[in-house]
Amino acid sequence: MLTLVPQQSASNEPVISARNLVKKYKDFAAVDGISFDIAPGESFGFLGPNGAGKSTTMRMIGAVSTRTEGDLSIIGLDPNVYGPEIRSQLGVVPQSDNLDTELRVRDNLLVYGRYFGLSRSYLGPKADELLEFAQLTEKAKARVDDLSGGMKRRLTIARALINNPRILLLDEPTTGLDPQARHILWDRLFRLKEQGTTLVLTTHYMDEAEQLCDRLVVVDKGTIMAEGSPASLIRQYSTREVLELRFGSENNAAVAKRLKGIGDRIEELPDRILVYADNGEHELARVTELGLNPVTSLVRRSSLEDVFLRLTGRSLIE
Amino acid sequence: MSTVKANSATQAPLVQVERPLLLPSIYAGNARSVMRRGILATAKTNWLIVVSGFFEPVFYLLAMGIGLGTFIGDIELPGGQTVPYAAYIAPALLAVSAMNGAVFDSTWNVFFKLNFGKLYDGMLATPLGPFDVALGEIMLALLRGLVYACGFMIVMQVLGLNLSWTAILALPVVLIIAFAFASFGMGITSYMKTFQQMDWVNFVMLPMFLFSATFYPLTVYPEWIQWIIQALPLWHGVELVRGATTGMLTLDMLWHLAYFAVMIVLGMTLTTRRLKALFLT
Repeated sequence: MLTLVPQQSASNEPVISARNLVKKYKDFAAVDGISFDIAPGESFGFLGPNGAGKSTTMRMIGAVSTRTEGDLSIIGLDPNVYGPEIRSQLGVVPQSDNLDTELRVRDNLLVYGRYFGLSRSYLGPKADELLEFAQLTEKAKARVDDLSGGMKRRLTIARALINNPRILLLDEPTTGLDPQARHILWDRLFRLKEQGTTLVLTTHYMDEAEQLCDRLVVVDKGTIMAEGSPASLIRQYSTREVLELRFGSENNAAVAKRLKGIGDRIEELPDRILVYADNGEHELARVTELGLNPVTSLVRRSSLEDVFLRLTGRSLIE
Repeated sequence: MSTVKANSATQAPLVQVERPLLLPSIYAGNARSVMRRGILATAKTNWLIVVSGFFEPVFYLLAMGIGLGTFIGDIELPGGQTVPYAAYIAPALLAVSAMNGAVFDSTWNVFFKLNFGKLYDGMLATPLGPFDVALGEIMLALLRGLVYACGFMIVMQVLGLNLSWTAILALPVVLIIAFAFASFGMGITSYMKTFQQMDWVNFVMLPMFLFSATFYPLTVYPEWIQWIIQALPLWHGVELVRGATTGMLTLDMLWHLAYFAVMIVLGMTLTTRRLKALFLT
């Protein structure tokens, strides 16, 4: 028996490194040549619409999908060769919960821990600690099917932490949850981040990416469109503020022509017109000076949604 | 509010995977965790179904062997020895129960997990590889087969149907039969997508049960039918178990064992490849 211990890097060497990563299904390239590095302790996000290749990338990082081309290194190991070794250091929260519905809540944690070859003496106290972390202590003996969506999600995250993973992979962690459940989940994830866990997550929610990610890449059609911190991406690809104007769906197109010269840039959507400017109120005044009276107007700060719109010409959630 | 222990880069990793020399990228040497999960899940949810499975061959034995058997009398074995009818069919029923238990666990059980639960997705996100999952599920089927076989052996002993001390050899033989059926069953199930397709399993199993020299000797058939039955696995199982419980050990048994050895290797290869294709794409 050979024992292989993944190299421990004390330095800031990336824990995940991808170069020209490609994944093809027959002729379709789900991931089409992406490169990125993720540093230890970093919280890194993949932001993009459905079908952008986020989940495929996550499966490759999770060492459950083999790449078609390019290089990929996770904790210094090649996932094509060292699948079990890499997976032993990961915590995985998949897009749809895959809890063991035949087992009770606490047993889910214990049994999952045994898949990692962890001892009973370690798993007992660890399971209790994680149940408390996930605010599920009272539900320890409940059936999985009796949990709410948010609880199931928290249990899935608790389960992913059973092996003290070096990297936690979260594929759309809050999709389908109500706002309150999302905030509880964000709070838990933020604690993990504070404790130095490397988080890698995908999302199509801008607010989620802004809350949780130190750095992110915007992906579309299997390629990386932009990379940076949420704030720097907004600075680079958008203005400080956005003025949203609605003139009624019939009139938007006609009015947009007359708005030339207002703001830095104008984006015309089916239901509204977006005016990008550093001072939204100022531009609104200029619009009314032109004799145009919008049905509604709103000045807001730029978000990653605007970055995405700028980069791809499409909204994130369609 | 609790805190979960952080996992800084400087901390030694908690899990250290021991690389098995065999199949390193698809096997983590931890199939027992999959089996134990199955035992726990069975104990918590469907133990009644498991218990009911024990009675099926017992009912057959009582109805056909004891009931119908009184009208049939003794049967002559190929070796020339004559045995009571119940002692003739009891070992066959034991082989059938091993087959049924293994096939149920590896087909229906696995079918649900593949198509309705996402259990294997979760397992394969851990160090476990497809070979661990396949082997663990099959070990569970074997364990169940062993429990049935032990129970049935006790019934046979009480009814005086074990004619020789060699009957004890029927237990390892039953495990081999179960292993072969389970490994193949799981591989085939991985192709099935609908309940209609699952019915084909029963369509194959029932005639095999009825015609594999279970209730009467093979010699009643014309030669070409004999060939077909000898190509099917259950007949080999019936011959092995019957040889053990009636004390007729022959060198032919090595051929039967070789048949199952090949079936196990092919079945495990098929199952592991299929799991790899389905989950590690």
